Amino acid sequence: MPREGEAMTTTLEQAIGQSQHRNFLSRIMGLQVFWVFLAAVLACVTLSLITDTFATERNLFNVTRNFAFVAIIAIGMTTVIASGGIDLSVGASVVLSAVVIGATMEAGYPIWAAALFAIGAALVVGLVNGILIAIVGMPPFVVTLGMLSFARSMALVLSNNKMIYQFGPDHETLLWLGGGSTFGIPHPVYALAILTIIMSFVFKWTRWGQHVFAIGGNESAAVLTGIPVRGMKISVYMFSAFTAGITGILMVGWLGSVTTNLGTAMELAVIAAAVIGGANLAGGEGNAFGAIVGALLIEVIRNSLILLGISTFWQGAFIGSFIIIAVGFDRIRRLRSQD
Amino acid sequence: MAERLRLTGISKHFGAIHALNEVSLSVDEGEVLGLMGDNGAGKSTLVKIIAGNFRPSHGEISLDGEPRDFHRPKDAQNAGIEIVYQELALCDNLSAASNVYLGRELRRSFGPICVLDYKAMYRRAAELFALLKSETRPRDLVRKMSGGQRQAVAIARTLLADAKVLLMDEPTAAISVRQVAEVLELIRRLRDQGITVILISHRMPDVFAVSDRIAVLRRGQLVANKPTPDTSPEEITGLITGAIHAA
Repeated sequence: MPREGEAMTTTLEQAIGQSQHRNFLSRIMGLQVFWVFLAAVLACVTLSLITDTFATERNLFNVTRNFAFVAIIAIGMTTVIASGGIDLSVGASVVLSAVVIGATMEAGYPIWAAALFAIGAALVVGLVNGILIAIVGMPPFVVTLGMLSFARSMALVLSNNKMIYQFGPDHETLLWLGGGSTFGIPHPVYALAILTIIMSFVFKWTRWGQHVFAIGGNESAAVLTGIPVRGMKISVYMFSAFTAGITGILMVGWLGSVTTNLGTAMELAVIAAAVIGGANLAGGEGNAFGAIVGALLIEVIRNSLILLGISTFWQGAFIGSFIIIAVGFDRIRRLRSQD
Repeated sequence: MAERLRLTGISKHFGAIHALNEVSLSVDEGEVLGLMGDNGAGKSTLVKIIAGNFRPSHGEISLDGEPRDFHRPKDAQNAGIEIVYQELALCDNLSAASNVYLGRELRRSFGPICVLDYKAMYRRAAELFALLKSETRPRDLVRKMSGGQRQAVAIARTLLADAKVLLMDEPTAAISVRQVAEVLELIRRLRDQGITVILISHRMPDVFAVSDRIAVLRRGQLVANKPTPDTSPEEITGLITGAIHAA
């Protein structure tokens, strides 16, 4: 409806300030992350009350460290999913990175050089994924499925399927890096915290972050507005591989050895964490904090089943249910917003 | 008013198919031209030539009296020719302001770190929506918007680029009656800003409501180019179908 003169200038300020006619509380309640976080907190509280093993320092230490591995990659995965893609090769990138750092350190390289090799190897995986998807135009699902097989096979070839447990001169540094703790908090959690802060900032406040979400929202619009979609996609897959590479290094330090079954089926836990945390597989939605909350929930469920003495065979059923509930939640929200 | 865009003897052949034949047409500053024609009459081809998607086989385009040769859509954009696509090029998951600024976001630097300047983008987007007298709010998600509001967002994008010529492809095709009125109002606002609008539409009442002149294409030929008051929907229909040969 047209409004003239004075009314217009006052409404300009209002227009800038207004968002969705919703107050703070209802906005929080509408966030999937909030509910998942609530579920995780509830699970923690319940477990602390009914078991005397959950709220022990030792157990909490293990839970936080274990979930950090999945959560770090879930942030990379969230980025890929937000751009409208999927990366099934992250578990393979983890083992490739682990084998590369293990083998090079065993050969006597210092840890910093070996870590660069490992991350470099992971980045090559991401680059190849990105080129095949963005430039050749193949579907991400198929490309990264092929890469899952290829990169894992490369890890077997490089290590000759032998376990590596001697890491040369910097052996202790590597174990400290992945398995140690500072102020009672395991080191992978620090890596996760830094990554979460950086990526929350990047998603909201940088052109790169904005473009990731634009591509996921409407790729042809992104192309028409002159966003370098191909380069963006390649960078997204490289970032996802980078998070997997970092995780590979930390996991080697934690386990103290490299075995070639490392990271097997990890992509499923990672995708589950991202989706439970609010990443939309159709693209255009997701956030870094959600990814870690999703990973936390999965780890708490896993841990609680062990502590409660329930067979670990049930684990998949619980995680699967949560994935479906998360997607169901999203569906309900969408139906409601259409009214 | 000054002449903005002139097409002289534009032809386009795709192999043996003559999509356009010797089309000559000119549009003034602040003029709304309704471009009509049946499917396959050559409207889309003509629009794509103006927007730089195709180069004409023959003929010349001039903008503000200067001959132009567009090799790519970017060339046309740089010259001030913008297109609002039928399937609006918007990202549903982003806010109105983000869509307006997509691909040319404003940034502010804090030392080495360059961050998006949301405040400035919200402000400028709100000004543009106010200029268009649209009720669209900069922070609203495009997903929640009506067809008319989406058009406003798409049009605000082109205003940001300081467009001289705006090509609108079926802007009223898939929206409700109330929203159509909104979009037609937007077109009038653009004209008042001195922007030349070329409106491609099938909807006779809409074209008659806003256009100053109507051009009709039939089988790649320009068969009419008349001031709107001098013609009638009946005559235009006849021209489109071929019942009336030319006017």
